[in-house]
Amino acid sequence: MLSFLELFRFRRRDSPIHRMDPRVKALYLLVMSTLSIVYYSLAAMLTLFASTIPLIAVAGVHREWIRSLRGAAFLASMIIFVNMIAGYLSEGFILTMDTISYALSMGLRFLTFTSVFSIFFLTTTPEDLSLALEKLGVPYDYCFAFTSAIRFVPDLALEIQTVIDAQRSRGLELEKGNLIRRIRNYIPILIPVFIRSFTRSIELAEAMEARGYGASEKRTSIYELCMKRSDYMIALLLLCILALSILIRLLIGWY
Amino acid sequence: MIEARNVYFTYPGGVEALRNINLTIDRGEFVAIMGENGAGKTTLIKMFNGLLKPSKGYVKVDGVDTREASVAELSRKVGIVFQNPEHQLFAETVEEEIKFALRNFGFPEDEIASRIDSILRFTGLEKYRGSSPFMLSGGEKKRLALASILVFDPDYLVLDEPTIGQDPEQKDRLLEFLYEVNRRGKAIVMVTHDVEFVAECKPRVILMRRGEIIADGPAERILVDEDLMKSTSLLPPQIALFLSKLNLNESNYTALNVDDALRVILSIYRGGSVC
Repeated sequence: MLSFLELFRFRRRDSPIHRMDPRVKALYLLVMSTLSIVYYSLAAMLTLFASTIPLIAVAGVHREWIRSLRGAAFLASMIIFVNMIAGYLSEGFILTMDTISYALSMGLRFLTFTSVFSIFFLTTTPEDLSLALEKLGVPYDYCFAFTSAIRFVPDLALEIQTVIDAQRSRGLELEKGNLIRRIRNYIPILIPVFIRSFTRSIELAEAMEARGYGASEKRTSIYELCMKRSDYMIALLLLCILALSILIRLLIGWY
Repeated sequence: MIEARNVYFTYPGGVEALRNINLTIDRGEFVAIMGENGAGKTTLIKMFNGLLKPSKGYVKVDGVDTREASVAELSRKVGIVFQNPEHQLFAETVEEEIKFALRNFGFPEDEIASRIDSILRFTGLEKYRGSSPFMLSGGEKKRLALASILVFDPDYLVLDEPTIGQDPEQKDRLLEFLYEVNRRGKAIVMVTHDVEFVAECKPRVILMRRGEIIADGPAERILVDEDLMKSTSLLPPQIALFLSKLNLNESNYTALNVDDALRVILSIYRGGSVC
């Protein structure tokens, strides 16, 4: 269940995609998200989803990618299921081919999102991400909060597992009882996790202040982001793809 | 009896944490599992109550394969006290915290009350009965975590790093405590780095390195073997190091702690034999 959080776990590697400017990758994220919202046919979703696979291969993060997809598979199947039920009811209790293909494409849209976000987060260092946000004019405090939140997701997942282990060792059975009982079963898990998170953030704040966080008004960074020629080319290409796709959608009417 | 045969375990990420583990722990034994960080100690104890199941081989608790019983059933026999009490404290009062496991295991209400009374007395937490667990000091939280397991009287008490964050006085009390539980016929299994603490209790020592058991024997034999200890990033207790530098620890009597050393030195001083 927690494997879905793998999406946010960055591992240091080197590939053309890792070296790409984070702003260009953010643009890619934006373009792909827009396309998967503008289009909704099964064929279009398949194309979009398939287009992410070569990038995964080039970046060499297929193992983590598969793991986050596996985590997302459950939610995707829920989406498909709910859409089928809704279609089944609204069409007057018949399951049409249209309903099925629509439901499948909705599920696939979610997987495409997962895949695109995986590419972004698996190949962008938290530092780069923070720099990119700063360049876009976000105040540093917010950038730091955002990147450290992402940075702590894997730790949090590990911690949740430890708490579950500790409470199961005291006889807690999460799957026992009716629905209300089952929700109540999670209280002994949630309380330690919340309290630990608060303690952790206070500790982090103290450690940061001890190292002079906020001492000077204007911060400078060791690394500066700089767009290479290839980055400009790719950004241009992405914008062309976006413009072209929207034109096709509007003028020709493909979906 | 806890029995592990040819146990291998690989985490989903692909890390092989245990390799060919063979061991048996009888009721009434006192065992310390030691070894460097990442040697697989915590992974091993999680096998004992079925939190983790072997990838290969089997673990049996009193003859029951851990794959065929629920974690709750196994935990009734094998009580694990985790390293950080903050990972398990959640209730509004100390009393409720202790009650949690008893409720889960379905103890009758009148027995719950008497068990809580006696465990609070045993662990010296009586005065905190109605306080919030989060108001306790680090050492007291640790004792509360221990109490919340001990209260259901498991046959095997497993402790992960029980001495971390405890002052010397608390360690002494913990030692007395473990002896007392052990005297009642319960097995004690503790995972620890604390060589000096182990030198005081002198249990059976199981040394681990990179997922394997590299030595298993009495503390008197294992702890003084400098090469063996160093191979898994540990050192013999200071007293043992000191005496072996003086060539006094080669005899039939090995000194591990201050009391032992006193005996050795006094006997030399008086010109008699050590034992």
